[in-house]
Amino acid sequence: MSAPTISTAEPARRRRIRSERRWPRTRGGWAVLVLCTLGSLAMLVPLYVILTTALSGEDGSPGFFLTFPSEANLDSFAEAWELLHGSLLNSLQITIPAAAISCLIGSFNGYLLSKIRFRGANVLFILLLIGMFIPFQAIIIPMFQFLSTIGLQGSLVGLIVVHIIYGIPITTLVFRNYYIVVPDALMEAASLDGCGVFSTYTKVILPLSVPGFVVAGIFQTTNIWNDFLFGLIFTSPEAWPATVTLNNMIGTTTVDYSQLMAGAVLVALPTVLMYLFLGKYFVRGLTAGAVK
Amino acid sequence: MTAPPTTGLAAPERAPGRGRGPRETFKHSKHTLARARHARLLFAPSLLISFFFVYLFIGTTLYISFSNWRIGTSRDLTLQSPWWSTYSKLAEEMRFQADIRNVVVFTVLFLAVAVIAGLVAALLIHHVAVGRGLFRAVFMLPYALSFIVTGVAWRWIFNPNTGVNEILRWFGIENPPGWTTDTSILLALNNPTGAGPLKIELGIPVALIPIVLAAAWQLMGFAMAIYLAGLGSIPEEHLEAAQLDGAGVWKRLRHVVLPQLKPSTITALVLLLHVALKMFDLVVAMSGSGPGFVTDVPGIYIYDYLGSRYDKASAASMVLLVMTLVFVVPYLIRSYRRGGDS
Repeated sequence: MSAPTISTAEPARRRRIRSERRWPRTRGGWAVLVLCTLGSLAMLVPLYVILTTALSGEDGSPGFFLTFPSEANLDSFAEAWELLHGSLLNSLQITIPAAAISCLIGSFNGYLLSKIRFRGANVLFILLLIGMFIPFQAIIIPMFQFLSTIGLQGSLVGLIVVHIIYGIPITTLVFRNYYIVVPDALMEAASLDGCGVFSTYTKVILPLSVPGFVVAGIFQTTNIWNDFLFGLIFTSPEAWPATVTLNNMIGTTTVDYSQLMAGAVLVALPTVLMYLFLGKYFVRGLTAGAVK
Repeated sequence: MTAPPTTGLAAPERAPGRGRGPRETFKHSKHTLARARHARLLFAPSLLISFFFVYLFIGTTLYISFSNWRIGTSRDLTLQSPWWSTYSKLAEEMRFQADIRNVVVFTVLFLAVAVIAGLVAALLIHHVAVGRGLFRAVFMLPYALSFIVTGVAWRWIFNPNTGVNEILRWFGIENPPGWTTDTSILLALNNPTGAGPLKIELGIPVALIPIVLAAAWQLMGFAMAIYLAGLGSIPEEHLEAAQLDGAGVWKRLRHVVLPQLKPSTITALVLLLHVALKMFDLVVAMSGSGPGFVTDVPGIYIYDYLGSRYDKASAASMVLLVMTLVFVVPYLIRSYRRGGDS
């Protein structure tokens, strides 16, 4: 089957260089540019809505969702920060260790699966990958009971452990696909130098892995930061991640949309900033995570 | 876009040793065997974790769905008689029937919108002369957000009093829909009288439309990224050959580009499908269950019964699991079984 393979890198790069910074020369070319611009503007409308509503600072909500505030102010941000800062700190404390540890485990697994290729590796890999696709609703009851038994239910540590466990399949996938392109000759050289399976990993593979860690790290950071279901079920209020607290800011009877949107900005900011600065890697991680 | 990790559906490279001269195979075989044994040992912990926390836990949930366990703190592992009675009650329950209708309608509409929009965006961005990176970034940006953030934003956009309805009124539409609070069902197939086993109206709930749009807004960039990777892999010679044969833009699209994108389409559909079926956070943030359960989905049903009915929550999650695995397992086996193994 003709699926995206590594060999695609070449023509794509050539095309990019050829077409760089050249205005279209045909009517069709201009039509494509106009459509791209209009599409992008449409995609940005919800982000505009979030920002302007947050900046309106009105008590309650503006009368119309597209209104640009006459007097923009940061009052709503101050209120939202008051409600969210504890949970944002929780999210940070959950995300960093969980992402780091699941990436390390995934890197080692990916190396074993792509470079040693032991008998049965593909079947075991599929069995591992299914864990990435199950609806997590199917494991929350036993997990809740398990965490309660070992005394971690409701705590930050418990949630970190849960994120690590269910992050292993995706990080393994990303690293496996990343290491496939590492030449086998390197492995053979290491093996002739007397390196075992583990020391080949630490001496040869790990130093080559920085881009892989960036990709998998961004992917996991985004997944864990944006998680809602696990945070909702496995933590008690003092350990709530930011997504859960943000959802609780939706009142049962009235909703203060200005404050809610300011909260949304605060929760979205870390992943959006990471995306803006490391976007190239982000797209890479995404298509790697896309199994394919 | 041309990242190494997109090695994708293409089969993994062949196992070392295969396809080489017999002499080399012999030279390495003893050593390779020892390494393989060692590797299997090192892979074992992850596999054990997976078996315990994925397979054993799913088995536990399955067992609970046959048992009398209701409240989490008072464990009751005796089996119901007949053991499948929770499932038959679920099938008869109005709310669960609505959940299945909603999740099927949501998934089909969302997949159609997100995949088609993603394909169109990818085709445009692939061919745009300037600003490709910028356009790609804009279309991908919503993917960085949490479903809760997307949900609260779109809840506000479709607020019946202050949202898009203001625009519809401006265009002269007197009574715009109530969106997530609207109970009407489009294209209703039946009119349940309460006599038969079917207690809900089959059709497309209006209330799901804003949720479909919000989900498509967030994830169409994902479909686009997959299609962009696919477009990059179409050999340019094929397009040039078609052009020399006199094929115009549309003919080339239909006969060369789209057939070559089939693997990308399958990937996008399966990956977005598993997101759609387990959808929970977006609906919670946008509407919750909705009036008459018009926006309720199995994910919310399961959450609501976690406190009081372990048996029902477990059975519902098993239904959700089967719906997902029916599509995902064949896809994974097709993608990864070839090559390497044996």
